[in-house]
Amino acid sequence: MSWLRYLDQNGQQILQWLWFHTWLSVVPVVLGLAISLPLGWVARRYRWTYAPLVTLSGLLYTIPSIALFVILPGILGLGILDPLNVAVALTIYTVALLVRVVADGLASVPDDVTQAASAMGYRPVQRLMAVELPIAVPVIAAGLRVAVVSNVSLVAVAATIGVPELGQLFTIGFQLAYFVPIVIGIVMCVALAMVLDLVVVALTRLLTPWTRAVVAP
Amino acid sequence: MIRFESVTKRYADGTVAVDQLDLVAPSRQITVLVGPSGCGKTTSLRMINRMIEPTAGRIWLDDRDTSTFSASDLRRGMGYVIQHAGLFPHRTVVDNVATVPLLLGQSRRQARSHAMELLELVGLDAELASRYPAQLSGGQQQRVGVARALAADPPVMLMDEPFSAVDPIVRAQLQDEFLRLQAELAKTIVFVTHDIDEAVKLGDQVAVLRVGGHLAQLASPADLLSRPADAFVASFVGRDRGYRALQFEQAPPLPTRAEPVVRLGVDLASAEGARVVGQSLEGWLLVVDDENEPQGWLDLRVPPAGPVDQAAVHRGGTLARQGGSFREALDAALSSPSGRGVVVDDEGRLVGSVTASQVVTAIERQAAADRGGERQATRVGT
Repeated sequence: MSWLRYLDQNGQQILQWLWFHTWLSVVPVVLGLAISLPLGWVARRYRWTYAPLVTLSGLLYTIPSIALFVILPGILGLGILDPLNVAVALTIYTVALLVRVVADGLASVPDDVTQAASAMGYRPVQRLMAVELPIAVPVIAAGLRVAVVSNVSLVAVAATIGVPELGQLFTIGFQLAYFVPIVIGIVMCVALAMVLDLVVVALTRLLTPWTRAVVAP
Repeated sequence: MIRFESVTKRYADGTVAVDQLDLVAPSRQITVLVGPSGCGKTTSLRMINRMIEPTAGRIWLDDRDTSTFSASDLRRGMGYVIQHAGLFPHRTVVDNVATVPLLLGQSRRQARSHAMELLELVGLDAELASRYPAQLSGGQQQRVGVARALAADPPVMLMDEPFSAVDPIVRAQLQDEFLRLQAELAKTIVFVTHDIDEAVKLGDQVAVLRVGGHLAQLASPADLLSRPADAFVASFVGRDRGYRALQFEQAPPLPTRAEPVVRLGVDLASAEGARVVGQSLEGWLLVVDDENEPQGWLDLRVPPAGPVDQAAVHRGGTLARQGGSFREALDAALSSPSGRGVVVDDEGRLVGSVTASQVVTAIERQAAADRGGERQATRVGT
């Protein structure tokens, strides 16, 4: 009954880590999306910027997360344990994933639709908000699901520098050579990733009733 | 009125899409721009609402230079219909139609209720209003596209091959309804197509453009078919143009012959049946219904047993309206299995029949009169 005893003794702590973990996963996705939207729009609007923007942002993803967690406090002037470091690092990874996704999402809007929108008198920003972004939602949402799930796993890495989240369970398990906290950590990370993924899917469904419209006989 | 004043569009790579175009599209009429691909017809259309900016020259909307409008204001005053309709896939049909009124600041409720009226105007069921574009057929989408362009009641409509992506039967329907709508609404329309038959059918005037954006000829459809300006226009206008031109020539009253008829439901073996069979000509007997509307022909070499019913009727043979075009009359005669074209009045009731040779005689007489008129005009001129 070691599982129950462990949960019983550390439940409070684990719930707190879960709560932190959730925030550290969600906030960077929201910020990253907010940054990627204008960048993706630029990559789409001025075609010559597409290759450099997508390549550069993609390269960000190759920076090892542990390195970023260690470097960022120095760059940002924050304490090494400040969770803001994690938020910033994960925002960078989200941007790395989403710039291409936003640009491709906007490119998925059929030309005749954007032409018709302009011809009806939409100004460029109006057109983006009212026509292009809503139609790009399915493509952007698909990228968002990847970003959310990958963030959940990246947050766990930050435990190695002492940030309090579910990754702590792995550190503890490793130090004690005890598998129970490790398994609990894995299960909770997977469960969190699935729940957040479901939230994205549900929001997408809410925003895109038109994609499920069945062709009438 | 829309007026092109030596308008040129030259792209950065040096390609000239439109070259010094001068053209007037009169108010409340349909001006068709037609030509092969690369003739600059779509470029010309898009310069009107400044989707493309001219390199040189001006385009006037009535007495105002279009370059003095803000592009979005100019466009909100011009309906725009394109080939695949370009409907917004994420909005329902009714919200698609309400787009421009909403942009112009109407309330959603008002815009929607007006959109419902427009759907009815273009012949769409109210129950389609809450569907998404993907749930409509191509023809239905195109109707929504027309309704959407009409929504803010713009004086000008720009149409870029609006009917070319649907099948020929639906296309003919849409064209007919388009003409009916235009008779009612009298918009100033510029219509682009690559299909000369469509141009001739829809245009009040037709502008034929040649590659490089030169205006080859601007003329009424009848003039275009009967007097192509040069070899390019002649070859573009194509074959059968003599026959096609007949659709614009109203036929004088034709010398019809009274036609013996049999009514639906009469048994050929009865006394009345025997009497009309006795009057019949060349083995074919015309069948009419109780309203005296022609139904088709009966082949007396294989007479039906029992009362004449719809199944026994041969439906080859079109109908010509008395006072319709020469083309209708000639087509009725040529398509009739009996060789006699059936002529009806405006209510669709039988007037009589006419043969192809009688129609051709009338055509020749009219042509001779026209030539005589021209000779006289020339003589007066010299």
